[in-house]
Formats: sequence, structure tokens, C-alpha cells
Amino acid sequence: MSIKAARITEAQAALSIASAAEVVRDVASAHAHDVDRKARFPAEAIAALRAEKLLSAAVPRTHGGMGASLGELVEVCETLGRACASSGMTYAMHCIQVASIVRHSQGVTQFEEYLRRLAEEQRLIASVTSEVGTGGDLQTSMTHLEPLAEEGYEVEKTTTASSYCEYADDLLLTARRHEAAAPNDQVLALLCSGGYAVLDVGEWDALGMRGTCSPPARIKGQMDSWQTLPDPFREIATVTMIPYSHTLWAGVWLGIAADAYERARRFLQIRSRKDPDGSIVAANRLAALAGRLSGLRARLAESVAKVEARTPLDADTTTKTSEILAINDLKLEASETVVHVVSEAMRVIGIEAYKNAGEFSLSRHLRDAHSAPLMINNDRVQAANADLLLVYKGR
Amino acid sequence: MERSEIESEVRKILAQRAKLTTSIESIETASSLYDAGMTSHATVKVMLGLEDHFDVEFPDELLERSLFDQISSIVSAIEELLNDS
Repeated sequence: MSIKAARITEAQAALSIASAAEVVRDVASAHAHDVDRKARFPAEAIAALRAEKLLSAAVPRTHGGMGASLGELVEVCETLGRACASSGMTYAMHCIQVASIVRHSQGVTQFEEYLRRLAEEQRLIASVTSEVGTGGDLQTSMTHLEPLAEEGYEVEKTTTASSYCEYADDLLLTARRHEAAAPNDQVLALLCSGGYAVLDVGEWDALGMRGTCSPPARIKGQMDSWQTLPDPFREIATVTMIPYSHTLWAGVWLGIAADAYERARRFLQIRSRKDPDGSIVAANRLAALAGRLSGLRARLAESVAKVEARTPLDADTTTKTSEILAINDLKLEASETVVHVVSEAMRVIGIEAYKNAGEFSLSRHLRDAHSAPLMINNDRVQAANADLLLVYKGR
Repeated sequence: MERSEIESEVRKILAQRAKLTTSIESIETASSLYDAGMTSHATVKVMLGLEDHFDVEFPDELLERSLFDQISSIVSAIEELLNDS
């Protein structure tokens, strides 16, 4: 194929991912209020993601997926986040799991087949990384894989937040490699539909992100030996899970903030037509918001470019301390910014934003935004950077 | 300083600061410290201890994870830093 033809195909592919995202956005938007009110799974949006083949966006084209870049996935997350943050966050979490398999299965045949199945059947994957007793530390597990008599393993894990586990096809779960393994000697294991049960499901009645359905639960399942990803989890976490989580979540949060800004902008512009001089204070506030938003957008774009430049297949690819600091800084900035932007947008709009419904309502936006500093707690993220900065010379 | 002396000092500091799941004597020079329970937080504490004890500064390139894969890689790094100074 000529270079020009290849570029056109790439541009078409990018356009088609973007337009597919817009189709899903419209579906998600229609049901966002109900999903939030009832704290129910955004089934319609997920069905639309399946219809548009977006669940395999992160699967390479050679395996039937769209071969989307991280940047393209982030844009889908923002598009969905503007309409329904629960849908956007579910999609983000799913993509993180898919990317972990794509980037760390090291060409194992059964994983290659699984990825093809995922693309063909549009399978949804949930993540089971949190655990009761580990205090929110991703890189510590208490549970371990127990070898079965003939082949494979069984595992049982009590999780504090089983995001959409009851609606997923498959799960990616962290556990210690074996009974005597250290708490941070973990593997990431795939549990497939039919091979696990979600038990003792608690309640999910939270302030926001109500459609992510993240109650505590107990997962019990079995797997064949191949179902553990070959790369150690600490490597998967550093190279893929953390950078993809922070960028994709930031995309969703940017969507929430951008939609809140949009509502404030529309409100103010309508009012200004009637009374151009009557809204100077609010206009100033809106201007500051626009600046804050564009700052976040720039940092996110820079972070995405850095992560895209690193492939786990690079021969000598150890993650630099500066990259770890930067990806943590992104999470901190994005999560604080979304809360700030939505709160300020409420000030611009006033009581219409304070109502739970209506064209200018920001109730759901604010409640969804407040999840950001808590998933993973910003204090924990900041502490990780604080630690590194005791030894990092920055030269 | 002899390599063996460096190694014994490094082992002492690891025992004090690393909170490993097994005793330092049972960890061979070439086996994985991460698999013995070394966390990112512990890496920083150990690094500070090493910089203080040997009066060296680890340059940023050495801060990558592979430095703490094995006791032997830590010892080699310190050897190099002591020879440079």
C-alpha cells in the first residue's frame, strides 16, 4: 500500500472510531439520568459499544480489533464521559484490561485466540484488583493461586469493589503467585465466563458513578495454567495498567468537566445576549475555567504521547522515574481539576445547576467528579511521588 | 573497599530497611529481591540507607527497577560509585 493510501486508511479508521463513539454517546446520553437515579448498569450504552465493535478497539487489527492507539481510546472515553460518566468509566476499565492482555501475553497462542474471540463476540472484561485487607494497594495481594490436582489453578478473592463484575463476561484478577509468595509477587489471571462465580454481592449505593455497579463481592473461580499472563504483575502495572488507567480515567474526567463547562458556557451566553454587562463576574469565572480545562487537556495529550512512545516490547524498557512521577501527577491534576471545574461551573449557572434535572443541571456531574480523587486515593498517589522525590535528582 | 565487604554491608542495610519476607541470609546474591517482598517504598528506604552509609549518590539512571533485582546488582552499582569518587 502506498504511504498516502496507508495514511488515508488510518485517517478513516480514526474517523470511524470517533463516529462510533458518537453513536454510543447518544445512546448513553438518553439513559444517563435513569442509570444514575437507579444506580443500574448502563446496559444500553454497553450494547451500543458492542454494536459499534468498540469493546475490541484496543485489540490489534490482526486479531479482528480496531488497533486503536491510546490517544484514540482516551478520546472515546472523553466523548462518553461527556454524556454518561458511568458508561465512560466502564469502558475505560474494560480497555485497561484488554490492553494488559494485548501488551503482556507475549504471543501465547491461547491468549491470541482469546483476543480474537473477544473481538468476534465483543466480550466485556472486568477488573478484580482491589481486595479486603490490602488497604487499596494495587501491588499487594493476600489471596493466592492454589494449584488444582491435574492442571490449572483455583482462586478465591474478596474484593472491596467489584466494578460491573456481574455484567462482565470475563475477569482479570490479581493474586499472589502461590501460597508462599510474597505479598507483592503477583500474577494477573484471566477468569472466563463459566469458570467463576460472583458471590456475596454487597450493595452499591454511592454518591456518584452509580452505574459502575461496584459493590463488594467474593469471586471464586478456576482456570487453566495458560490463563495467567506471563509477565509479572508488577511489570504489567508499571508498563500498562497504571499509565493506561491514569490516562483513560483522565479522559472520562475531562469529559465530565468539559460537559459542565459547556453547560455553563451556554447558560452564560444566553444570559449575556439579554444583558451583556450583567455577567462580568460569572464571565471571569468561566474564562478561568476554560484556561484550567485547556491546561488539563495539554497535560493529558503530553502524557498520552509519552505512554504511546513506549512499547512493552522494547528490548531495554525499564520505566524511568520521571515517567512514574509524571503519570502520577496527571492523575492528581485531572482528579482535582474535574471537581474544581464542575464546582465553579455551578457557581456560574446557579440554581439551575443545583437542581437534579434540567438542561443546566450539574448534580450528576458533581457527584461523579467526586469519585476522581478517591479512585485511587490521591493521598496514596501523592505519597508514591513523595517517596521517589527523596532519591530522584531530576538531572 | 572489597566487594565482599560491600556485600555484607548491603545485606545489613537490606535487613534493617527492606522488610523482606525471608531472612537476608537465605537470599542468594542473584535471586530476585522483589520476589522476596521488596516493595517500591522499601526501595527508597534502602536507597537512602545506602547513600548515607557509603556516602555516595545514586544517579537517576540507576534508579530504574533493575538495580534492585538482585543483591549482586546493588553491590556492582556501589562498587562503581566508590571507584568513581
